[in-house]
Amino acid sequence: MSLLEVRNLRASYGRIPVLHQIDLTVNAGEIVGVVGHNGMGKTTLLRSLMGHLKTSAGTVSLRDRDVKGLSAHKRARLGVTLVPQGRDIFGNLTVHENLMLGAFGTQDQSARIDEMISIFPRLADLLDRKGGALSGGEQQILALARALCNRPSLLLLDEPTEGVQPSIVLEMATALKSISQTENLAVILVEQNIAFIQSLAERVYTISNGVIEQELSVSGPNGAALITETLGF
Amino acid sequence: MDYTIVVAIELLRAVAGLVLISTGLAIIFGMMRVINIAHGEFMMLGGYTVVLSAKAGVNIWIAMLVLAPLTVGLFGVLVERLIIRHLYGRIIDTLLATWGLSLFLIGFVAVVFGNKLEGVATPFSGIAIGEYSVAAYTIFLIGAALAFVASIYLALKYSKAGLIARATMQNPEMVEALGVNSKLVFMTTFGVGAAFSGLAGALLAPISGVIPGMGVNFIGPAFITVVTGGSSIIAGTLSASGLLGSISQSTAFLAGPVYGDAMLFFAALVLLRLLPQGITGRLFTRSL
Repeated sequence: MSLLEVRNLRASYGRIPVLHQIDLTVNAGEIVGVVGHNGMGKTTLLRSLMGHLKTSAGTVSLRDRDVKGLSAHKRARLGVTLVPQGRDIFGNLTVHENLMLGAFGTQDQSARIDEMISIFPRLADLLDRKGGALSGGEQQILALARALCNRPSLLLLDEPTEGVQPSIVLEMATALKSISQTENLAVILVEQNIAFIQSLAERVYTISNGVIEQELSVSGPNGAALITETLGF
Repeated sequence: MDYTIVVAIELLRAVAGLVLISTGLAIIFGMMRVINIAHGEFMMLGGYTVVLSAKAGVNIWIAMLVLAPLTVGLFGVLVERLIIRHLYGRIIDTLLATWGLSLFLIGFVAVVFGNKLEGVATPFSGIAIGEYSVAAYTIFLIGAALAFVASIYLALKYSKAGLIARATMQNPEMVEALGVNSKLVFMTTFGVGAAFSGLAGALLAPISGVIPGMGVNFIGPAFITVVTGGSSIIAGTLSASGLLGSISQSTAFLAGPVYGDAMLFFAALVLLRLLPQGITGRLFTRSL
């Protein structure tokens, strides 16, 4: 049984249609990439799956349950979460408070936060610092840790490597791979960094003008070249 | 010495008065960016709740401290649900809608209860300070203002609900992605702001009396205090109330109450010219 199944999804900003036909499937514990040029609808796709943007047609099923009409917080309680492009850290709150919000729905809030700090140790020294005072890379780590605090089953991850130093990119890749395996976490990863995608995902969907065009298997040594060639980067 | 104590108490009374009338607005406008022109009428409803409850034989303290905030808080929830929810992000529209609500409430209360001043007996008598006398209720109001500020600080800083409210006001979409019902948080926050307005109206009813149009006397100083204070609810309300209350009351002592009121607005104008983002836009920027 697939974790997420999206069929013929359409969405628009007001009267401007952005997503025309989205069909994709994600299995539990699987990391799937979505690639495409700028303005093709990748971020809109993630916003639609999170419930931030109302969809006009199609179906979105999570563990065979139709979630299309559910608001974002209800989807979050069913195990979907989002790390948006730009991170959206709560800048006026401390790192610890940001993590507490992430662990909002968990029974063992403190234990889960400690677990995240053990996975991302650089957060340990930053707990009392305001989120807005962190560097871009630190904010990205915090955004990821905050999203993972709630033990999601599906993580929607939008351009996590944008403007982030290579050591932090590596730290994120290692953590994602590990948590995906140990907690059966599925990830939809929207990314322009092909090497990063290829290091994590076995399958990649290509999107163009709001339509999922192809599904590529990128697990082999030529995966990155296949993506580049398909998209014409 | 006795005179100095009396003057100090009067200064504190002026500061406390501004804290009381502006706290509800600071929550609704300062946190939620909703220009609630009906703030004064929320206070008026609190006052009427006390008057009617007292006439019905309810204990004055229960009427003031429980019934008034509860009634106006629930009314605030209703207003948020029916009017404000549809206008978030449209600051001018919230102004117009709450202005309409304000006029409706004044008219409705005047029709139902009559356009006449209603009074409530002051719960305490006077306290002698040497050859002078100070109303004990004044001391109580100063304590109430401190309790207002302390309760909001503790709730925002140390409670889970306070943390969620602060995060929701910063980024409602992001908190939704973390499982928080942001609409419920907005509704509750508006209700809490309304409850503080109702409580302030109830506490001030014994000294100001209650009349349908009484809100007009409060809305100006309340907005001036909140805007002068800036974006931090507690530090802003405290610093602006402290500064404007002291200046206004000192002027009132020296030249009379009319000059005191004029000086309050003049001081606010000067402050906003020097600090366009309010006091906490430049000072105490990391405070709540």
